[in-house]
Amino acid sequence: MAPLLSVKNLSIGFGKDDAVVRDVSFDVAAGETLALVGESGSGKTITCRAALRILPKAAQIRSGSIHLQRADGPVDLVTLGERQMRDLRGNQVAMIFQEPMRSLSPLHRIGNQVCEVLWLHGRKSEAEAKKEVLSCFERVGFPDPERTYSSYPFELSGGMRQRAMIAMAMVAKPKLLIADEPTTALDVTTQAQVLGLMKELQRDTGMAMILVTHDLGVVANMAEKVVVMNKGRVMESGAAEPLLSDPAHPYTRALIQAAPQIPAAATPKPAPPREDLILEMTGVSKTYSMRAGKGWKAPSLIYACRGIDLRLPRGKTLAIVGESGSGKTTAARIALGAEPPDPGGAVLFRPRPDAEPIQVHNMDRAARTAFQRDAQMVFQDPYSSLSPRMRIQDTMTEPLEIHGIGNRAERRERAGEMLNLVGLGQDMLKRYPHAFSGGQRQRLSIARALMLDPSLIVCDEPTSALDVSVQEQILRLLENIRDQHQLSYLFISHDLAVVARIADEVAVMRRGLVVEQASPETLFHNPQHPYTKALIAAQPEPDIHRPINLKLVAQGAGSPENWPEQFRFSGIEAPPLVPLEPGHKVRCHV
Amino acid sequence: MEILRYAIYRFGTMLLTLWVVSILVFVIINLPPGDYLSNQIAELRASGQSAGVAKAEFLRSEYALDKPLWQQYFIWAGFLPGPHGFSGMIQGNFGWSFEFDRPVAEIVGDSLWLTVLVNLAAVLFVYVVALPLGVLAAARARSWVDYTSAFVGYLGLATPNFLLALILFYYGHRWFDLPIGGLMDPAMEGEPMSWEKVKSILIHLIVPTFVIGTSGASAMMQRLRANMLDELGKPYVETAIAKGMSPTRMLTKYPLRVAFNPFVADIGNLLPSMISGSVLVSVVLGLQTIGPTLLTALKTQDMFLSGFVLMFVALLTLIGTMISDVLLVLLDPRIRYEGRNA
Repeated sequence: MAPLLSVKNLSIGFGKDDAVVRDVSFDVAAGETLALVGESGSGKTITCRAALRILPKAAQIRSGSIHLQRADGPVDLVTLGERQMRDLRGNQVAMIFQEPMRSLSPLHRIGNQVCEVLWLHGRKSEAEAKKEVLSCFERVGFPDPERTYSSYPFELSGGMRQRAMIAMAMVAKPKLLIADEPTTALDVTTQAQVLGLMKELQRDTGMAMILVTHDLGVVANMAEKVVVMNKGRVMESGAAEPLLSDPAHPYTRALIQAAPQIPAAATPKPAPPREDLILEMTGVSKTYSMRAGKGWKAPSLIYACRGIDLRLPRGKTLAIVGESGSGKTTAARIALGAEPPDPGGAVLFRPRPDAEPIQVHNMDRAARTAFQRDAQMVFQDPYSSLSPRMRIQDTMTEPLEIHGIGNRAERRERAGEMLNLVGLGQDMLKRYPHAFSGGQRQRLSIARALMLDPSLIVCDEPTSALDVSVQEQILRLLENIRDQHQLSYLFISHDLAVVARIADEVAVMRRGLVVEQASPETLFHNPQHPYTKALIAAQPEPDIHRPINLKLVAQGAGSPENWPEQFRFSGIEAPPLVPLEPGHKVRCHV
Repeated sequence: MEILRYAIYRFGTMLLTLWVVSILVFVIINLPPGDYLSNQIAELRASGQSAGVAKAEFLRSEYALDKPLWQQYFIWAGFLPGPHGFSGMIQGNFGWSFEFDRPVAEIVGDSLWLTVLVNLAAVLFVYVVALPLGVLAAARARSWVDYTSAFVGYLGLATPNFLLALILFYYGHRWFDLPIGGLMDPAMEGEPMSWEKVKSILIHLIVPTFVIGTSGASAMMQRLRANMLDELGKPYVETAIAKGMSPTRMLTKYPLRVAFNPFVADIGNLLPSMISGSVLVSVVLGLQTIGPTLLTALKTQDMFLSGFVLMFVALLTLIGTMISDVLLVLLDPRIRYEGRNA
């Protein structure tokens, strides 16, 4: 039988430049999942968009063909008329995009946006369309389809929005679904659930799927066939199983190596002796009161952090892991003194082993300035955390200027040194940020944080905006710098696997509470809390024989009211955090 | 129902603002030393006309100008009884124009609704012209459509209105036999409303609308174009195309809806800038709007007249902002539901 979609020798280029996609060929059969894998800039997104002909204006398809098998025979999507192309989009070939936050119009109700697909392809009356959309909403896991139908996108969480996007793509029952990094913007546990849903839907409807991703873990869980792309060319392609277990091409091997993995086996380390603490948070809570819409109603309270006790020994890394909204960023902001905790909480900081501890939230001006030199931050998004209008040199030397350290030449020299330290050249000082890639920018951010020679660095998801292979490099860099310069990290992440390699201790947070805390080895081999188990299970691994255990994910990542008796929260009441063994604490009733 | 409650709330704040504005206006018209009457009395005394002085003194007490300033304000606004009981702005008595020696209401009477008419026509013109051109310029960005409309737009922005008015009058008269000056045939002034009169007004409106509206339209067009271009780069546009929408339908349903917000929000700003901007145009074109009256009143310190005109302009502005606020809430669910799902 002819394949559903057959791409042959496809080349795409911008203007007169060299082609960005060169000679790409692959086939997708009905009911099959093909993964297009590669780093950003590999041309995978352009390739999949070519199938719907939604390329940027300047891009043109230079050669090749994309044949789609229809009931009345194959058509070439490269030469098909625009009118016919339009009938095809959303109807026979649908697409899911990366950013569910921005891929839905904020001003139209979800129901309207999803129904539109049916209206456009003129198959249903208004009432019938609504009925169909409602059943589709139910299918993709909305607990209350009617309510979703009349909701606006900003009323839903990221995972729910992606479900709405999936519903939009699925409602017309397409033969081919193109998913462009559908879960990259989501938390691990949400990702696992969304992937599970997509797989289920595929099984039910028998559609084919092209999954574009940079994450080999996702590939291993989803795909039957894999196409690995690099710099616009296909490096390797074939069935998923042999390709992942025995990659032929060195590039594929490198990608697999770079994928973060939860360590296979290790012996739990004894709890380290803790005398020299650089940062100590005791009883830190943060409650926000949300102004109610009506003046006469009491404001609702949001418990961002509750009773957090964390200790960071000098030279070590403490990781806080949790989904968005778990309170991990709030905890880090309090640790840096950017926000005061509720009364009763205290944060102590010891800049040197022999120095007196400083109360971070009770400092005078001079102490605050000194503290800011000692504690620095690396931010999540390397694209927006560097001013696009400042040369790297100015960005780098600015902290020194603020603190009045050195003269111009000395500052510049230090900036050069720091660039060398993070693996960039001194000659890059004169450039602007746009001349750097995502990974290079994150290196710049790290270099900037190092300029003041701090002792504590707070890393807020420093790698979640980066490709896997780049992520690996950045993590290695962070490790090296920590060991060379005796730095201590407070490391915020939603990704347990990233944390697994860098952290000495991990605190897992959910709903503002630390639910489990231990060394990563203990945590990965003896996880006690259902949420920790869900996080570990949700981690997609590039091993086709270890698929995601969705049941475990669903239970742990679900509402804390549905956890097993022992761990259950009731309302805002939660069980206490009890030590199970030395260095391993779990929030449960004993 | 939410929206009705919001509208009522918004109306309440409008009244409050209007009250504050009335204080400001009163302070401003009283800022120059002396008032119309005391200036006149001094003049009459100097020339020894005691009869005139008596009349002026009579007017002074008639309009409570001999009272302290704060009392004058309350009497003018209608919060306190004056020499003839409550008769201020609230009661619909706008005072006496000393310059024209007639009640203010009589002087501005006709020109009030003509002002509203001219400016509404201009606002309408702005929207009717800017909306399609702005969208078109964005959809065909960096093409001849875009460049031509930008060129014409900047030309419209840069040409002084009165110059444009003169040019249009000349050529309008020569080629299309359009009337020069005024808002209706002079023969029909003061006549009761009739079909003929309406037709005459409409024909007379063409040039003023164009002149007053052009600069607003070209500014609005550029803003809309910029907003649209921003929106066109957003992922939801791609989603819409991937659904199989036609470009026109996609354009009007999604990006335009979002880009429309600032467009609507501008209604409030448009009205006052047009009214004050059209003063000069009105003088040049000989329009019987409130603009020239305001100019005379300010020059001669005719305080009740200028006070009334300023209040009227303020009222128009406030109504404009209120309309745009209520429309925005209707248009944008993000504003409507703010704080609902906290």
